[in-house]
Amino acid sequence: MERYLKALYLFLTTAIGIEMEYQLNFIVEVIAMIGTLSGSIFILSLFFTQGQQLGNWSWEQALIIQGIYTLLDGITNTVLRPNLREIVNYVREGTLDFVLLKPIDSQFWVSLRTFSPSGLPEIGLGATLVIYACNQLGVVLNINQLVRIIIILASSSITLYSIWFLVAATSIWFVKTWNATEVLRAILSSGRYPVSAYSLTLRFIFTFILPITFLTTVPAEIIIGDSGYNMIYIGILIAVFFFSLSRMFWIHALKYYTSASS
Amino acid sequence: MSYSKLKINVIKALFNSQYANMLEYRVEIALWALSGVLPFIMLSIWKESGAATSYGFDGLSLSRYFLSAFLVRQFSVVWVVFSFEEDALLGKLSPYLIQPLHPLWRYLAAHIAEQVTRLPFALLITFTFFLFNTDSFWIPSLIQFLLAWLSTLFAFSIAFLLQSIIASLCFWNEKASSLERLLFTPYLFLSGLLAPISSFPPNIQKIVLLTPFPYMINFPANILSGLAENIFIGFIIQIIWISILFPVVILLWKAGVRNYTAMGA
Repeated sequence: MERYLKALYLFLTTAIGIEMEYQLNFIVEVIAMIGTLSGSIFILSLFFTQGQQLGNWSWEQALIIQGIYTLLDGITNTVLRPNLREIVNYVREGTLDFVLLKPIDSQFWVSLRTFSPSGLPEIGLGATLVIYACNQLGVVLNINQLVRIIIILASSSITLYSIWFLVAATSIWFVKTWNATEVLRAILSSGRYPVSAYSLTLRFIFTFILPITFLTTVPAEIIIGDSGYNMIYIGILIAVFFFSLSRMFWIHALKYYTSASS
Repeated sequence: MSYSKLKINVIKALFNSQYANMLEYRVEIALWALSGVLPFIMLSIWKESGAATSYGFDGLSLSRYFLSAFLVRQFSVVWVVFSFEEDALLGKLSPYLIQPLHPLWRYLAAHIAEQVTRLPFALLITFTFFLFNTDSFWIPSLIQFLLAWLSTLFAFSIAFLLQSIIASLCFWNEKASSLERLLFTPYLFLSGLLAPISSFPPNIQKIVLLTPFPYMINFPANILSGLAENIFIGFIIQIIWISILFPVVILLWKAGVRNYTAMGA
């Protein structure tokens, strides 16, 4: 365990060192992120014209979903994308050999090797939006409620990670599937809106095939205090399920890894 | 060295080699085509939302608009800044600069070859769309189709020129490609990919119509779906944008090449 924490510390410090080299990048990212959030809120506002609602969600409630989406997108940009897009390169260049030889879990290494600090403000921005919308709604957060929120957000982050990892790990077989993560990214962006705003078919898909419902809608319901007590357990269960799946998939995939040029 | 005299055989050779190259990447291009599903996701929300009627849309016009937006996007995707950055970083750019052919032609050929490769996948997605939305099926008139095609070509040109401006900035700073994000963000929200421009509040609409973005998706999509009103004015504005951006690209590029000192030099 200590070895893992030590490794994690080294990963973080080198990543910050690299980021300092490219300060322009950081500024651009922050501007783009503020633009993206304002744009999404503007598009969202179009649905609330003349007292309309969006899938029975009020404006402030829908803002909570936007906030959670922004937070998760921040996690994607900070940790998931910078790490998982490298898997395809490890396979293509054969450098996965070096990873496998290290006395450290390979899934841990490929998932947390680096991180991009420029995604951090987005996490803060998302959290701020959630807190603002809660204030507007008059939601009072006690300790009990706060613990539940942290648990459900952690669960949805783990679910999100596992889906990303599952798609990225297919590059062990098909080097050409990196673009599949772009498809995933496009589909995941449907999490900007409550799942009840979609047609029945999509609602079914987003609940039972791709767990988008559990990424943003369910946590928002728990924050508002709208959901039954069971939802949090289902959220945890989904996270455990997808994480185990990603774990088994990785172990299975490594059996097929034959290194480059062999 | 004259860039303007492009011979037919050069064009042919460029296109054929790029097309052969793109065919190698069919799987990627299919996935890339599929990653353009965003308009369909938005269509589902717009159809379910009561707000659409207050903007004067019904299910039919929404379906046609968003399918058209999807198609226009498919044939106006530009990634020149990313190819350029890679070529500049790996030093591939230097030999291109020596050749008596403006490197931008090479990128242009790559984009057109990619669009040809993408065509069957885009058609397949369109076919699937109609399979699930049979009632929204329509065949635009020949004139409508040709105008939509032309305006999509102009939309592609605007996108290509805008990105070439950022690509030229890479001559000064190799990380300039990150500036593309500042272009993509307003494009995403103001082009009409997520919502038809006519649903924007009137004041915002006026400002947005002064930017090039609505002419990159909304205008061609409106023509294709039969919603367009001022086709003539739209074309004029597209041509104005192209004639503003074209000289900027040429000048920036010239200044950039003078400033360029190859990687590792």
